[in-house]
Amino acid sequence: MSAAVATAARVLVAGEAAGPLLRLAAPISFWGGVDPKTGAIADPRHPDHGARIAGTVLAVPATIGSSSSSAVMLELLRTGQAPAALLLGAVDAIVTLGVVVGREMGYGAIPVLALTPEAIAALPANGARLRVADGRIEAA
Amino acid sequence: MHLTPDERAMAEGAAGAAAAMAMRIVAETGRIMGAARLVPIVSAHIDGCLYHGDGGVEFAERLVAEGGKVAVPATLNVGALDLVHPEIVKGPAHDRAMARRQMEAYLALGCAPSWTCAPYQAGHRPGLGEHVAWGESNAVAFLNSVLGARSERTGDFLDIAAAIAGRAPETGLHLDANRRAGVVVDTAAISDELKARDVFYPVLGAWLGAAVGGAVAAITGLGGLGRVSEDNLKALGAAAASSGAVGLFHVVGVTPEAPTLEAALGGLPPQQTIALTPAMLRAARDALSTTGAARIDAVALGSPHFSLDEFAALERLAAGKRFGIPVYVCTGRHALEALAREGRAAALERAGVTIVADTCVVVAPILPDAAPGTRVLMTNSGKFAHYTPANTGYAVLYGSLEDCVASALTGEVRRDAAVWR
Repeated sequence: MSAAVATAARVLVAGEAAGPLLRLAAPISFWGGVDPKTGAIADPRHPDHGARIAGTVLAVPATIGSSSSSAVMLELLRTGQAPAALLLGAVDAIVTLGVVVGREMGYGAIPVLALTPEAIAALPANGARLRVADGRIEAA
Repeated sequence: MHLTPDERAMAEGAAGAAAAMAMRIVAETGRIMGAARLVPIVSAHIDGCLYHGDGGVEFAERLVAEGGKVAVPATLNVGALDLVHPEIVKGPAHDRAMARRQMEAYLALGCAPSWTCAPYQAGHRPGLGEHVAWGESNAVAFLNSVLGARSERTGDFLDIAAAIAGRAPETGLHLDANRRAGVVVDTAAISDELKARDVFYPVLGAWLGAAVGGAVAAITGLGGLGRVSEDNLKALGAAAASSGAVGLFHVVGVTPEAPTLEAALGGLPPQQTIALTPAMLRAARDALSTTGAARIDAVALGSPHFSLDEFAALERLAAGKRFGIPVYVCTGRHALEALAREGRAAALERAGVTIVADTCVVVAPILPDAAPGTRVLMTNSGKFAHYTPANTGYAVLYGSLEDCVASALTGEVRRDAAVWR
């Protein structure tokens, strides 16, 4: 087993997944910030504008803005554009709720882990392949 | 997390399959948020009726098919269609048909057809200390801050689930300890002249959200002015909930839980005090614009939905004028019906105003089509300024209502910067 690169403070939604790390450089509102049809970062003011989140281990330092972000997460799951796993700098019930409802609706679910902003910042460089399982994040 | 026997029975299907799914979603969210238990609610405001894709329609229609009904009074936020003026919203036929199905499903669940992001100006005003489950970030900020009622920032799906279950997770802003201000924002260095202008409040909000994120702030230095209006507080909260995750702010001497700074702080020392400077505000103002263009292609007002007072201000400025570019004003039926009854809607339309009801220009395709960044929208709303570039492709220019009206005459930008010095 590889050494853990980080450990979750809390497992919000359990599960296992792997993918390349995409750590966003600024907080994001999923609604208005992510295109639910393409999974691209849609806000031109966001430093990661244009990046695609589908299949990534998406690390988000902080979430902001709209309470419709849960709907965007549900749609990303339904259309197959969701990240493989979501690492949050703090517990965010709104975006996590989209995953909970996606599971109820049979669209599949992804692991959601709450870390700290410091732990998000200490993750490896973008593109590193990571595996998420049982609250552990390790090099894949 | 503790569920009462009644709550557990509902989650296991005693009140039907829809109520069971609703209670499971409420309880699971409570677990995620670390709540000890659920709290009974007296009302809900539902943001989940806006179409973002077919998943939201399938979810609502499943609740309807399984016999779901709201257990408490529930108003609806905007949909993706203007049901009063259906020709205004463009977009693919599939999206419009699904948006209508989604809106109809929420009506079938027993929600009121309010279709507004300003339900608090449409008669839905819970009292001080009452627990509710509200969605729509600006409405949550207003509810907690201005009405002193209590709601967390409720995400889509949890809002209707809470309305059906009659419960919300007892966490966050439901609890006294989390309503105390941790940050003091001192506005003593800002001129009374600027504080007396409506254009100040969205900028203050945009700065606040970016500066404090989700923390609760107590703002001092506004209480002695005697003129901070409900619409100013609405604009402040909407901008703060766009640039940050602000669900509650206190304005000392103005909002109900802040008669004094000590009361807002709950008797504890603040974790942080920020002395707001004119330069910080000018930077926040500039960040609301993505262009310095000399010409604009459209003006949009009404995020949150325009109130009757805001319409009156627009009418005073627009009297006898004819706009040369499209001017959209977004509002709810509560205002539209009064405007129509008094002949004011027709007068505004003659001046070149398009009144949008039930929805707005950043959640539905209403603006003339534009390749990204080729056209410019001007607005007096911090929330429109925040969401316009990503949601519409328009570049955005922030200004006062006076600036918007002056610029809409020919499309040539007119902005009065003097007050910001």
